[in-house]
Amino acid sequence: MDFTHTHDRRMLADMASRLVREKYDIATRHKIAAGPGGFSREMWAQFAELGLIGALFEEKSGGFGGQGFDIAVVFEELGRGLVVEPFLANLLAGRLIAEAGSEQQCAMLEEVIGGTLLLALAHGEGAAFYDLAHVATRAQKGDEGWVLNGEKAVVLNGDSADRLVVSARIGGDVSDEEGIALFIVDATAKGVRRRATQTVDGGRAAEVSFGGVKVDSDAVLGEPGAGFAPLERAVGLGILALSAESLGAMRMACDMTLDYLKTRKQFGVPIGAFQALQHRMVEMLMEVEQLSSAVINAAGHLDDPRAVREWHISAAKNLAGRAGRLIAEESIQMHGGIGMTWEYALPHFAKRIVMIDHLFGDEDHHLERAGLLARMRHP
Amino acid sequence: MELKYSSEETAFRDEVRAFLARELPAHLSSKVKRSQRLGKADIEEWQAILHKKGWLAPTWPKAYGGVEWTAVQRSIFEEECCAAGAPRVLPFGLNMLGPVLMKFGTDEQKAHYLPRILDGTDWWCQGYSEPGAGSDLASLKTRAVRDGDHYVVNGQKTWTTLGQYANRMFCLVRTSSEGKPQAGISFLLIDMASRGIDMRPIITLDGEHEVNEVFFNDVRVPVANLVGEENEGWTCAKFLLTHERTNIAGVGFSLEAFDHLRHIANAQKKRGRPLSEDPQFAARMARIEIDLEAMRTTNLRVMQAATSGAAPGFESSMLKIKGTEIRQAITDLTRRALGPYALPFASEALDAGHNQPPIGPDFANPVASEYFNNRKLSIFGGSNEIQKNIIARMMLGL
Ligand SMILES: Cc1cc2nc3c(=O)[nH]c(=O)nc-3n(C[C@H](O)[C@H](O)[C@H](O)COP(=O)(O)OP(=O)(O)OC[C@H]3O[C@@H](n4cnc5c(N)ncnc54)[C@H](O)[C@@H]3O)c2cc1C
Repeated sequence: MDFTHTHDRRMLADMASRLVREKYDIATRHKIAAGPGGFSREMWAQFAELGLIGALFEEKSGGFGGQGFDIAVVFEELGRGLVVEPFLANLLAGRLIAEAGSEQQCAMLEEVIGGTLLLALAHGEGAAFYDLAHVATRAQKGDEGWVLNGEKAVVLNGDSADRLVVSARIGGDVSDEEGIALFIVDATAKGVRRRATQTVDGGRAAEVSFGGVKVDSDAVLGEPGAGFAPLERAVGLGILALSAESLGAMRMACDMTLDYLKTRKQFGVPIGAFQALQHRMVEMLMEVEQLSSAVINAAGHLDDPRAVREWHISAAKNLAGRAGRLIAEESIQMHGGIGMTWEYALPHFAKRIVMIDHLFGDEDHHLERAGLLARMRHP
Repeated sequence: MELKYSSEETAFRDEVRAFLARELPAHLSSKVKRSQRLGKADIEEWQAILHKKGWLAPTWPKAYGGVEWTAVQRSIFEEECCAAGAPRVLPFGLNMLGPVLMKFGTDEQKAHYLPRILDGTDWWCQGYSEPGAGSDLASLKTRAVRDGDHYVVNGQKTWTTLGQYANRMFCLVRTSSEGKPQAGISFLLIDMASRGIDMRPIITLDGEHEVNEVFFNDVRVPVANLVGEENEGWTCAKFLLTHERTNIAGVGFSLEAFDHLRHIANAQKKRGRPLSEDPQFAARMARIEIDLEAMRTTNLRVMQAATSGAAPGFESSMLKIKGTEIRQAITDLTRRALGPYALPFASEALDAGHNQPPIGPDFANPVASEYFNNRKLSIFGGSNEIQKNIIARMMLGL
């Protein structure tokens, strides 16, 4: 066993860290988040140039890494900077294409890695409540291709994506794993309607509806009806990424809180002198280390059998949810009034940490799922 | 022991309900129910309606225009108002300054200010906290120096809730730096239109303007505006804080918020069934409901025991801690109930008259933002840590 990263990966982490530290202070972040599309195309181009998008993809797709640990180190740094550029959306949709797509379809990943083509995953629906197999959107086979009808909810960065990877049902019941097909759809295709929305943590999303959208046969990703397995793998990578991002944000929140405990004086002493607060700071740090380990476990078991792999994914996300609530709430609390202000960076980290719990399954969802998967692992 | 309302109490509840049904304007309750922003005029309108009815000051003695309700009546009134979606009555004049003036004010001060609190002439804000004096309030530095018939005030207050609407501030100032820090503090009433006052908004984490910082630069305040004795302001301050904390328990808010949560958990679906039937979610809800129901009785027990309307030390601290923990737990669970729809947030949809269709279920938009805003509950009014210190030190002798 060895818990040190390879030389290359340390370089990757250092580069991401430096970029975030030097170019992504909180004021810049707010400005970018408030701008059109909610992110900066220039920043995205810089990320691409430095290979940070490519680090999320395997060499066979034109990337420079794509292993679990590559994803984890990049996203942890993104979390430290509250980066709003569409890394997650492109990871999810891009890896799904890499997973299930034809050679021809995978060719577009070069542009994704280069930062010139934006993808988003249009999968979740209003009534799904984190159930990954829930797809009510329907695809019907027509003469020359397929026709899509349905509505997708809270599609991350769906407002600015050029292409959407869309899940639609071609058979089975609304929450069956069988019968899900995946399509690559031009975001401006006739019948696609997008309603953009800001998110409470400074990001962007869209409600996307498909009203009789016609796509060619070559828009189908993988085998029609067998979309669940690649979807689960790609979303697993997304959950790993989110857990790592949350970890980075939590480390920042902890650093800021520890710093505040040492500098803020009340009753003539630093508030960190009060044992009531000391113990709570210690609890926070212990949870962060636990999450750090869970992220390592999830990243390191990606090539294991499904039950093992997915158990570790759910474990990481459950811990991210639990530790996240603790750290978000406690770090605000221990800052007192300052922790409630827009001007201070801390609450923005807290907001992102808590909102990550609302993406691809919250603490409770992954607790239940880890229980089910555990029974599959140890029948 | 009798856990049921008496026939008089039931009749009172019906009277309150009928009053609310008749007098609470729909445009106000609609804003409250949808968590839309309330402006100054909204709050003033509702307070004027209550004043006309004579119900604005439940805890005040009749001699000053109060109603002298029993603890049970007050709790019925609070619960019914929350359930009906009445705007909250602001505590600053009614529950904070009013009782202080009654206990420590001169006859002139009482005669001048108390009616103006009731009829809405004055909107008071609370000038206690300073950048360097939060939990350690007694370390406050804003100075008031005597100059003939005036005090000259210099310094800064912060976190002033709704100061942007206030025409007056009750303020703790330092009039002496001798002895213990508590010993040199005075309680001063300041006209916000005075020369030398500068107020700046502080935007909170949810993007709202609810608090302010206030700067005093050679502000002249008549000596007649001193409440109690010079250097004795700490007594007023402490007296006031117990009143502030009693009202912070917020049982009525919690009951209403829990009802809303129940509605959301029934409407939201998990695997095609109401979320409220999901075992994990149901357990989370049940735990809160158990705490809330016990809290409701704790609150009534304490209120009945306290004759004056102010809860004594330990109980008032306990109500503050448990009350805010429950309110925060409810908003936490409410955001969980939304799933991914906790994320979309349109700030403009918090304004009445906004007529875009909602994103996701119509109850979703304000929820996450409210969860974050409610973090304040365990910070202000004496943080929950400070309350525990008070209980441990003052009551348990630890
Ligand atoms: C939304 C909002 C509205 C407010 N409105 C008003 C208002 O209208 N008027 C007004 O005067 N003030 C107001 N306040 C201020 C409020 O009373 C203070 O924020 C509060 O007293 C805490 O002070 P602080 O923010 O300086 O935190 P600090 O005192 O710096 O505390 C920071 C942390 O240290 C903890 N701590 C401090 N001392 C101890 C100790 N001895 N033991 C253990 N833990 C300790 C605190 O509990 C907190 O967690 C408001 C605050 C907020 C957030």
